[in-house]
Amino acid sequence: MTKQRVVVTGLGTINPLGNNVITTWKNLINGVSGVDNITLFDASDLPVTFAGEVKDFDPNDYMGKQNARKLDRSGQLSIFAAEEALRDAGFDIDQPLGEEFGIVFGTGIGGIGATEDAVRIYDERGSNRISPLAITQLMPNSSTGQVAIKYGIQGPSLTITTACAASANAIGEAKKMIEQNIVDKVLVGGTESGTTSMTIGAFAQIKALSKQNEEPQRACKPFDKNRDGFVMAEGSTVLILESEKSANERNGKIYGFVEGYGSSTDAYHITAPSEGGVGALRAMEQAITNADINVEEIDYINAHGTSTIANDVNETLAIKSLMKDYAYKVNISSTKSMTGHLLGGGGAFEAMASLLSLKNNQIPPTINLNDPDEECDLNYTANNSIEKNIEYVMSNSFGFGGHNAVLVFSKQ
Amino acid sequence: MEVNEVFEKVKGLFEEELGIESEKITMEAKLEEDLEIDSLGIVEVVMAFEDEFEIEIDDEELTDVGTVGQAVNLLHSKL
Repeated sequence: MTKQRVVVTGLGTINPLGNNVITTWKNLINGVSGVDNITLFDASDLPVTFAGEVKDFDPNDYMGKQNARKLDRSGQLSIFAAEEALRDAGFDIDQPLGEEFGIVFGTGIGGIGATEDAVRIYDERGSNRISPLAITQLMPNSSTGQVAIKYGIQGPSLTITTACAASANAIGEAKKMIEQNIVDKVLVGGTESGTTSMTIGAFAQIKALSKQNEEPQRACKPFDKNRDGFVMAEGSTVLILESEKSANERNGKIYGFVEGYGSSTDAYHITAPSEGGVGALRAMEQAITNADINVEEIDYINAHGTSTIANDVNETLAIKSLMKDYAYKVNISSTKSMTGHLLGGGGAFEAMASLLSLKNNQIPPTINLNDPDEECDLNYTANNSIEKNIEYVMSNSFGFGGHNAVLVFSKQ
Repeated sequence: MEVNEVFEKVKGLFEEELGIESEKITMEAKLEEDLEIDSLGIVEVVMAFEDEFEIEIDDEELTDVGTVGQAVNLLHSKL
């Protein structure tokens, strides 16, 4: 059988910038920050009191209390994003999708909120008062299973937990499934809702988070001299991947092609990127080779751009190693400057942003970039979006553990 | 406590704890088919009963409980 090309035919999202794709894109292009003070719990005792929270989402209204209470928030967000993506791609969500559909989800820490609740109840009331729903809410594959049940997906399934590269890896692995004719449609998603007291406290302990509590919207400043860490965020994004043949047969709309995928491991340090970003570089090189293009054909790089000291310098070095002189010309931006860090949900969100860039010929900015770090001297599309014809986009995602996943999307 | 009082308490628990619509909760309602309480939900229901009525319920006692009314009668017999 011939190798299938892979297209994206549907998008859905719920994230700090909006509860649908259109609102999210408008806010990305307008440089709006979705970060604000934490409202989901009392964060006043924490060293960090802000995050990128999903707003105006009442799970009881959306799915009914009896269903909502069975899911961790990360799972509720997944069901919501999947519905928009499936409708967008033209599927009837009231009919089971069946064996022709696969599902691959990525998450960093799964139902960590449910884990914390269960531990609290165990400490206070003993083991026989732990909720019987605890396990099914906290397991990292919870979203994969719950989305599959909700929409009747019976093909192959995978859950990927490569930290902040998870849902970029999910897209890459789903691409392989389709190319190899294992299945011709895959619902791919990323989800995270780890903005809890323990998680924020723990990330703060390892100096990973920005502590600029006074101005939450301006705290995430990738590539800026005054950056001091990433900003926790929550959300879910879902993409419908299909073989080009399947999409054409049912006259599905096509956002773009998943053209290249690269994946590598630093084998260097559990949190710090390898020096010079050499691990990330290998994933970028693989993705370019897999897409069968030259680096000069990339019009836009949606950077990992976390706003940590280490990431932004090393990612910059890796892009320079990859592109040489062209590195100074290509448009780069970090949409995390607006969303905060969606952790395991980041790769899928940024894939969506990359595809919308291709479709609309617009590049969202890196906001809060006013005083660039001398070691970050590339074109990061500071503060204002731009319009230009875009044929190829590269999206970088790197995770704790040393996981690197890079995707290349093309218009044609 | 009278049977109807036990029923009202059970109804309140099902509404508040499990989010079940009140009009569905009758003495005749089947726990699995009508109220969509699955095997995990049954564990929650038992925990809620134990807390509310300050009793302990063994798994064996649940063998013949399939409706709200049968649950109410079991609870009533233990009070």
